[in-house]
Amino acid sequence: MIKVGLIGAGKMGLSHLSILGAHPNVEVVGVCDTSKIVLSALEKYSKFHCYTDFLIMLEKEKPEAVFVATPTKFHFEFVKELLSRNIHVFVEKPFCLTEEQGLELTSIATEKTLVNQVGYHNKFVGTFREVKKLVKNGSIGDITHFMGEAYGPVVTKKKEGTWRSNPAEGGGCLMDYASHVIDLINDILAPVTASKGSIMKSIYSKMVDDAVYSLLELSDKTTGVLSVNWSDETYRKMSTSITINGTKGKIISDAHELKVFFKEEDCPEGYSKGWNVKYVTDLTDQVNFYLRGEEYSAQVDYFIDAVAGKVPNNINNFQSAWLTDRAISIIKNKK
Amino acid sequence: MERILYGDNQFFAVNHISDQKSMDQAIKFKSDEAIIRTLDYAIEAGINTFMCTTHDRIAKICDIIRSNPEKYKDFKIYPCMPYAHKYANAVTELGIQGTIKQYVPGNIFGTMFKGGMALVSKDFLKIMELLIDAEMKMFKGINTPVIFLQNVITDLLLGLGMVEVLKGYHDYILKKYDAEPGYITMNMPKLLDTLESVGIENPIICSSINAANFRMSGGMKLYEETLRTRKVRAIAMQVLGGGAIPINEAIEYVCSLPNIESILFGASSKGNIENTVSKINYFNK
Repeated sequence: MIKVGLIGAGKMGLSHLSILGAHPNVEVVGVCDTSKIVLSALEKYSKFHCYTDFLIMLEKEKPEAVFVATPTKFHFEFVKELLSRNIHVFVEKPFCLTEEQGLELTSIATEKTLVNQVGYHNKFVGTFREVKKLVKNGSIGDITHFMGEAYGPVVTKKKEGTWRSNPAEGGGCLMDYASHVIDLINDILAPVTASKGSIMKSIYSKMVDDAVYSLLELSDKTTGVLSVNWSDETYRKMSTSITINGTKGKIISDAHELKVFFKEEDCPEGYSKGWNVKYVTDLTDQVNFYLRGEEYSAQVDYFIDAVAGKVPNNINNFQSAWLTDRAISIIKNKK
Repeated sequence: MERILYGDNQFFAVNHISDQKSMDQAIKFKSDEAIIRTLDYAIEAGINTFMCTTHDRIAKICDIIRSNPEKYKDFKIYPCMPYAHKYANAVTELGIQGTIKQYVPGNIFGTMFKGGMALVSKDFLKIMELLIDAEMKMFKGINTPVIFLQNVITDLLLGLGMVEVLKGYHDYILKKYDAEPGYITMNMPKLLDTLESVGIENPIICSSINAANFRMSGGMKLYEETLRTRKVRAIAMQVLGGGAIPINEAIEYVCSLPNIESILFGASSKGNIENTVSKINYFNK
């Protein structure tokens, strides 16, 4: 059994906690949050030991690994403290508020060979994994253009909000929403290294962007477009997609459906010339406990397996999340 | 429960295999008339139970049902609460406390509970009861013999080990609504163990059951074993495995399993509704 703690029991924290609570190889040793209402509910109805000070939790419970799901502004300080105590860390996205912070944490974790992972769950979605495989195998030839998109109904009215509406705390569509798409582009294609121009629009929010559009260039000089809007009510929930044009074909994929077009007969096994459609149901492995999508359970399972030494720590590690943080600041600086 | 239950995913752009189909459905079912017309097709095909989430638009459907008492006299609704995206989007924007403030009726942090927060925190079950009442308001005067807790909440509580809350839901539905509580889950065997541990016997559980082993946590062998050997009133949903299985094979598999009381399906056209019903009737024999 791996002893795991949690800091931050908000929406993502509770989701992680539930998955961890049902995990056969995990013992949840402590939960830390500052919200009285959440803590009293957990104290009264769950078996978890609850804390308001994470340092006391670390002292008393001695977890081997900790999940950090606090507002982004606390990530750097908390994660640094955990690493200094040789604790493996899973932290929510986005990773840090600045590039420097992310770089520092990445080098500490690497130096100490501690397992480090960030919650970009799309990398555990079957369709996107298949897209990466097709691109890396060169199946669609040289990439000529890409378009990464995400739309959803998060902020649909003018309203005072929480930390998510404060730019200094990691709020806004670029940090919170577009980061998922940027992370996918970084992973499937190559890291974003330049922006040729960005538009960050406030639609309903007073202080942060509700939509972001940017022309991107990647480290291998591939170019494409980012288009993300979290004030789009025509979507029931977040819908993330990527379109990639290549010299030998084209890929259009969201988290449910993968459509691939091949120009010639020469294509990978399981595909043929013309349009091919595959569904996530065919590309997804069963999870032991399902809460809200296989990918949320799969990323937790992967982290726990990495702590147990069963898998390499090479999906969503700090290094890759730092590249996403860097892309966020590149896009921001070009507006 | 009847053998066949009609679901509502198609009306609210819930599609597990395609965002594009999702949008097509939102366009097709823009008007309440389109929903009612399709519900009537289901009734004509012999289905009298509509299992639906407590989406805002269902309130309008309930108005139409109430205003045609003769036409819908045998019609039953199995509400499934809550409509989770409403709360999930609110939590992202307002936080947990802000969401409770917005959706729990009355001023919960003020006059309603003297002493405010401290007391509220201690009475989580009371908050749950108020939320259930708020969700049930739209069904007043409609026959709702089974009331379900949605899978994201059931499974969240299951993972957190909040067994007493699952039990609290059970007790409140029986007491206040004189209805049977049901649970939707993606982890049926684990949920059954947990419910039995607090003395809930032979519960109504709706879960993914299909020949593709899709969203059957713990695996289909364990599900088959559970159905064969345990006391549970099972409803099979996602029988097509998200579209992965041809319909004949899908229905034949589910009909061959023991202990499945009902099959839940959704379809958006008259032809598909009639076709699915006739397949189930065929393989039932």
